Amino acid sequence: MEEDFKPGEPVIEVRDLYKSFGDLHVLQGVDLTVNKGENMVVLGRSGTGKSVLIKIMVGLLKQDRGDCIVLGKEVSRLEGNDLRDLRLKIGFSFQNSALYDSMTVRENLEFPLVRNIPNLTRAEIDEQVEYVLDAVGLLQTINQVPAELSGGQRKRIGIARTLILKPEIMLYDEPTAGLDPITCLEINELINEVKEKYQTTSIIITHDLTCARETGDRIAMLLDGKFLKTGTFEEVFDTDEERIKSFYDYNFIQ
Amino acid sequence: MSAKKKQFVYGKNLDNALLAVYNAYVFFIRFFREVFRGRMEFQEIVRQCYAIGNRSLLLISLTGFITGMVFTKQSRPSLSEFGATSWLPSLVAIAIVRALAPLVTALISAGKIGSSIGAELGSMRVTEQIDAMEVSAVNPFKFLVVTRVLACTIAIPVLMFYCALVSLLGAFLNVTLNEGTSFIAFFENAFEQITFLDIWTSVAKAIAYGFTIGIVGSYQGYNASKGTEGVGKAANSAVVTSMFLIFIEEVIIVQVSNYFRI
Repeated sequence: MEEDFKPGEPVIEVRDLYKSFGDLHVLQGVDLTVNKGENMVVLGRSGTGKSVLIKIMVGLLKQDRGDCIVLGKEVSRLEGNDLRDLRLKIGFSFQNSALYDSMTVRENLEFPLVRNIPNLTRAEIDEQVEYVLDAVGLLQTINQVPAELSGGQRKRIGIARTLILKPEIMLYDEPTAGLDPITCLEINELINEVKEKYQTTSIIITHDLTCARETGDRIAMLLDGKFLKTGTFEEVFDTDEERIKSFYDYNFIQ
Repeated sequence: MSAKKKQFVYGKNLDNALLAVYNAYVFFIRFFREVFRGRMEFQEIVRQCYAIGNRSLLLISLTGFITGMVFTKQSRPSLSEFGATSWLPSLVAIAIVRALAPLVTALISAGKIGSSIGAELGSMRVTEQIDAMEVSAVNPFKFLVVTRVLACTIAIPVLMFYCALVSLLGAFLNVTLNEGTSFIAFFENAFEQITFLDIWTSVAKAIAYGFTIGIVGSYQGYNASKGTEGVGKAANSAVVTSMFLIFIEEVIIVQVSNYFRI
């Protein structure tokens, strides 16, 4: 039976999670709880395993040890239709957007829709595609191919493609990486709009402090394979911990 | 903490080779499992068939025509020594139908289609497009691999027939210019010695080659890694491995068909 989560209840629980690639120990006993309706930012330097953590949450990678429970289910134990059902409730926005190059924006958005919700009429498909494109403010790009879009537009279309399946959880992998400051602000706004409009619970992976401050209800600081501190932006950075202070100092905050 | 040294069973190279064979076997088995599971992507299969034909038609036309013409030209002196130039159409037709058309089609397709499948899927893998399909609850194997392998298995036999026809036209041009043989006489003579076994053997070869090109290209691309370097490697391995397997299959199918011929 489907579990119904109320606001404030944990929808993602990570306990004592370990993941290594050969001799490289990326995650070393990670614990994290994300409650329904909140935006959790996972902050950390490049290569600290932030993306690995959210890839484990959608079953793209398997942990070596520990638990990763999403919407009440241990992801590593799911297979076939169970895994498919869980993935339908999770939207994953990739760092480089991962749009299908050979398809137009319309086809990119239709692709997961028609394969997961069969028997939709042409009019229903068009309506849903146009609705999400409008939500990300890019309806005019509907017939363009990804190569014709800017970095920011690609990110927005990538987010639109995940929204079309109306996910309960959104996972953003470096949503502002490689974008100019103005576009970064637009993406931050979009993340907050998505939360409001679609009532999603989100994990935002980033090393951008502005993005963390603008989008995060809580922040978890990942360093050396473990969460060093979790709390609001102010709680995390009001600290004497040298590694957190140096991370803050090297970042530019507007 | 000291780094744990990796242990090998038979040594690094042999272990890696055995692992590669095992992975290829798993991929091969998965293909047959996925073919019969879930809904078939007919539209994508048709699109891939069109792309395969479109990509290789010109090259196959040129190569096939030249092969037929050159083979006829080079066979003539040997036959004329015995005063047997009238057998030229039959000889050329047997060579084309039994060996040249399937092989020429397969080798061109391995270069043109195999590399393109390897590069396309490799690039999709390294840019996370395959992961994107997976997380949006779409089976990427079914959509990308099954469709391409089936399209190659269907389209390459069709291309093989086309190649045979164009090669025979090349041979006819050479024969008519030298011996003045008419179109009807040439083709009557050419098909006199061709049996159903020859045609079915060629079709079997083309199906096997098509499947090989599709599955090898898909395997290399689907499992590509290490960025753009990995994409190039996938395309290259797709061509080299398929050509190697095609020659092995050629030997096996010829042996089997000769058994039935006797």
